[in-house]
Amino acid sequence: MTDVDLSTEAASPPTCPPDQLQVLDAAGVRRPQPELDPWLGDVDEAMLARLHRDMTVIRRLDTEATHLQRQGELALWPPLLGQEASQVGSALALRGADVVFPSYRENGVALLRGVEALDLLRVWRGSTFSGWDPATTGVATQQLIIGAQALHAVGYAMGVVRDRSDAATIVYFGDGATSQGDVNEAMIFAASYQAPVVFLCQNNHWAISEPVRLQSRRHIADRPWGFGIPSLRVDGNDVLAVLAATRRAVERAAAGGGPTFVETVTYRMGPHTTADDPTRYQAPEELEAWRRRDPIDRLEAHLESLGAEVEAVRAESATAADALAADVRAALALLTEAAPDSVFEHVYAEPHQELERQRRELALHLTQFEGGGQE
Amino acid sequence: MAFGRAINRGLHRALTDDPKVLLMGEDIGALGGVFRITDGLLEEFGPERVVDTPLAESGIVGTAVGLAMRGYRPVVEIQFDGFVYPAFDQIVANLAKLRARTQGRVAMPVTIRIPFGGGIGSPEHHSESPEAYFLHTPGLRVVSPSSPQDGHDMIRAAIASDDPVVYLEPKRCYHDKGEVDLDAVPGPLTTGTVLRPGRDVTVVAYGPMVRTALQAAEVAAEEGVEVELIDLRSLSPLDTGLVECSVRRTGRLVVTHEASRTGGLGAELVATVAERAFHWLEAPPVRVTGLDIPYPPAKLEHVHLPDLDRVLDGIDRVMGRPNALDSVDAFAAPQTAEQFLAEHAAGKEAR
Repeated sequence: MTDVDLSTEAASPPTCPPDQLQVLDAAGVRRPQPELDPWLGDVDEAMLARLHRDMTVIRRLDTEATHLQRQGELALWPPLLGQEASQVGSALALRGADVVFPSYRENGVALLRGVEALDLLRVWRGSTFSGWDPATTGVATQQLIIGAQALHAVGYAMGVVRDRSDAATIVYFGDGATSQGDVNEAMIFAASYQAPVVFLCQNNHWAISEPVRLQSRRHIADRPWGFGIPSLRVDGNDVLAVLAATRRAVERAAAGGGPTFVETVTYRMGPHTTADDPTRYQAPEELEAWRRRDPIDRLEAHLESLGAEVEAVRAESATAADALAADVRAALALLTEAAPDSVFEHVYAEPHQELERQRRELALHLTQFEGGGQE
Repeated sequence: MAFGRAINRGLHRALTDDPKVLLMGEDIGALGGVFRITDGLLEEFGPERVVDTPLAESGIVGTAVGLAMRGYRPVVEIQFDGFVYPAFDQIVANLAKLRARTQGRVAMPVTIRIPFGGGIGSPEHHSESPEAYFLHTPGLRVVSPSSPQDGHDMIRAAIASDDPVVYLEPKRCYHDKGEVDLDAVPGPLTTGTVLRPGRDVTVVAYGPMVRTALQAAEVAAEEGVEVELIDLRSLSPLDTGLVECSVRRTGRLVVTHEASRTGGLGAELVATVAERAFHWLEAPPVRVTGLDIPYPPAKLEHVHLPDLDRVLDGIDRVMGRPNALDSVDAFAAPQTAEQFLAEHAAGKEAR
């Protein structure tokens, strides 16, 4: 596959960028898309069923977690409703050794990359800051400082280059993060060192209550060109477009072609987190318009256009989603919280005498109470 | 060997011993750093290990965090103390916390070298002492060498540590000379050292103030006061045990640093001694520090920096000898400086 349009030599913005690349149109009909079709050669009905299942499962994780928050089992949850195609399409484009640097909303991506659902929920329960091992899952600890992980991804990719590995690094962030210095610095470093990074921006139109137009007066995907990084702007509710664009960017990174920026244009159909109230800032008609562009509905319409057994696909996806929900509920019920002393354990790798003193002081304090600290 | 050269040799040794060590910073390659601390290292180790970076401090530290996640041991140079603040978020919110956040799964063996302190006649932002910000941050280690030997040994120990270390280089001492044993086995990063034993008063200093404190100890000795001088070396953790033991013998404590007084290291150390060695104190401890002002222009920096006379005055105060603050009632309500000076000029007793 050639890479003519995205070569670094062509590092000037298209004079009139296309609105967004689509593979599936609004009615779910597949249209020729020369920018993306070469990366979709293996898409068949089985693959489409897999994409449907994954989107259904992460939507269920989202629904279930939202319920668990309402029931007091979780302290908070950042929903991904509406962003299923962006998360599934990009996650499935990754190869085994590729490494993900997520923000807090990529719970779907993390699940699909092998992080246990319970390990995700433990974070939002308030039991831990990180439930999984980044080394074994290839998923870094989710980042809550907006955009900070973009620099970690670039630094990691600089290490990949030194290791002569062909692993790609993908960093996820939202439209709000593109205003952060760290994301812009990350693009500078990635361009200067030609780091094998994919910048995956899910433009979900909202940074809590602030609309994307407050962050950028142009398409977000226009900006990377100024850094010397080619970009693709795709329909983020079209799972095939996201899959193809991410594959293209990953392939380019792995081949030593340097960084690529992918903007997936999608919509946050839920609140920022369970503590948010979007009715204070979001027009109901806008939400309704995006509901009609639901990514799962789009894929089902596509399956129908192919004459596939949509009901059977739907039933299989629902079974997988039910199983996940049941597993999560059962596992949460068995969860125990860490002991008070554990807060000291990993602050430093090597002993720190002041912290050791405070550890002894807390232990002595707690021994005054029966039951080791439970008053 | 000069102090700066000793650090250079320590970096050279670390690069030689461990292929995962790499240096990053602005102008550290062909130029060898604005203070030449990385002189010759690009030529010897190449651009993959001695990395000139774009001018973005958050970018430098943030990518160092990513490199550490990949198993590297980055040594970052921040060009001047006052330029570290753009990197503050990456240092405090990520570098310091990642190990705890990941329950020990992700180590952050990153060293942040910062030439710090004043006394070289620099423009604004080039003479600051930001250590309190970092020693207030759990997860970081903060150290400052005061001699060429420590400059060499402590940079090696900092790079070898699996914890992030803020390594503060007293820039006005870069040309100080001293014997350096390049094959010495670096000791622990966590301990202070007694540079001069004495029975009358404990003086605690670190980094650039050690030289001044040593001079003060010599002058005090001529006046019959035996100073026990402690070089902290490590600011986090603080070797409070060493200071406590000393104060239990001397009963008197002077802490000195260039950094502003309020919320500084001196406050921490005096509070700790008050908590743990109160009954051994013969006099209220004294802090001899920089003023709570933005670092002044070069022609006025001598007003801000504690010098030999101010350290000696602090020693006089804890010794109960005549000193500048004799006429001041420490418990009196604060006056404006204008009122105070007017009364003073009128010959009134300030109390």
